[in-house]
Amino acid sequence: MIDARGFSCPQPVLMVQQAVKRDAPKTLTVLVDDQCAVGNIRRFAASQGYQVRVTEQGEEFSLELTK
Amino acid sequence: MKKRSWFQDNWLALLTGLIVGAAALLLARLGNPGNMGFCIACFERDIAGALGLHGAEAVQYFRPEIVGIVLGALLAALCFREFRGKGGSSPLLRLILGMLVMIGALVFLGCPLRMVIRIGGGDLNALVGLAGFIVGILVGVVFLKKGFTLGRAYGQSKAEGAAFPALLTLAFLLSVTGLVGLFRSSESGPGSKRALWYVALLAGMAVGFLAQRSRFCMAGGIRNAVMFRDFGLVAAFGMVILTVLVGNLLLGQFGGFAFEGQPVAHSDGLWNFLGMTVVGWGSVLLGGCPLRQLILAGEGNTDSAVTVVGMLLGAALSHNFKLASSADGSAPGGHTAVWAALVILLLISLVCTFAKKKEGTK
Repeated sequence: MIDARGFSCPQPVLMVQQAVKRDAPKTLTVLVDDQCAVGNIRRFAASQGYQVRVTEQGEEFSLELTK
Repeated sequence: MKKRSWFQDNWLALLTGLIVGAAALLLARLGNPGNMGFCIACFERDIAGALGLHGAEAVQYFRPEIVGIVLGALLAALCFREFRGKGGSSPLLRLILGMLVMIGALVFLGCPLRMVIRIGGGDLNALVGLAGFIVGILVGVVFLKKGFTLGRAYGQSKAEGAAFPALLTLAFLLSVTGLVGLFRSSESGPGSKRALWYVALLAGMAVGFLAQRSRFCMAGGIRNAVMFRDFGLVAAFGMVILTVLVGNLLLGQFGGFAFEGQPVAHSDGLWNFLGMTVVGWGSVLLGGCPLRQLILAGEGNTDSAVTVVGMLLGAALSHNFKLASSADGSAPGGHTAVWAALVILLLISLVCTFAKKKEGTK
């Protein structure tokens, strides 16, 4: 799981990019607290062939990436 | 899940580019200085002058565009439930980075947004600036990839998040009603060239609203293209140039591409290049260009509000110590300041990239 809460763009999507590059995981959970990061990660994950499910929890978002 | 097309993902950014370009043409037509329909750095410099932070009489005016951009972003953030108080990610470093970005921008004579507007107006000096801007972004990206971070931000109260937009609005109301003669106002020079205040305010609000929704950012566009092969924002960047270029042609005010004789610009190539290198590098470390900082400040991000304050201070330094360029050329003090800014950027980049790694391995 990646906890990218509090980091500003582009760090959250960079953290995801590095995890994908390193381990090529089948599933990955990412926590963020910023709509901009949600959009960036969603676009990047889709470009890498992941399906993305976003759940809003109060002021935070949990993104489930699955391949 | 159905795959979204590129256009579905990026139409809003393209629309923002179109509106920004059109609004810039309109404002320049209605009185703003040439190729300066919008310039975040120049307008914040004018506000710093209005507040008396510097004494350059030609550049003092409480620019309504800046207030409009922040209020437009605030409105969009409220409408879409994105307003939240947030801050605490190295505020002092951000203040310093904001100062450096402003110093670099005033050596070039424009923020990244004015740079593209200048390109659309046929100013080739701005292409030299663009080359420097790209180099600055690439250097910043190297550090980002190595782990550069200014640390996490944390939730703050709504009052903390609203303080900056509220203060700016209050000051603007005082300025525009003229009830108290608090603020300075240029009678000649670029600061005296202005569109009607309410048109400027509304144009700013439209841009702020759209830019908040589309995450429009001049530095982010090139950064995302390089790092993630994501070309949405860089296309919006191109859209501003295209709109301004076509608009200038249609309005019959395009005088061809040239280096010399451009409005509020100079032709010192090296300093146009290095000034924008500072802006590009600093903007990448900050996570966004000067326009984006205003948008984030409107969303309740106090780190960005602090960055904007840093930019006001940078403008004051630039004019008090004669670092800023003028149409006659760059200033010797500006050359020293740009070298100093590059050294400070390198130090901040190194420390925030490698010192943190050591902590992590403890």
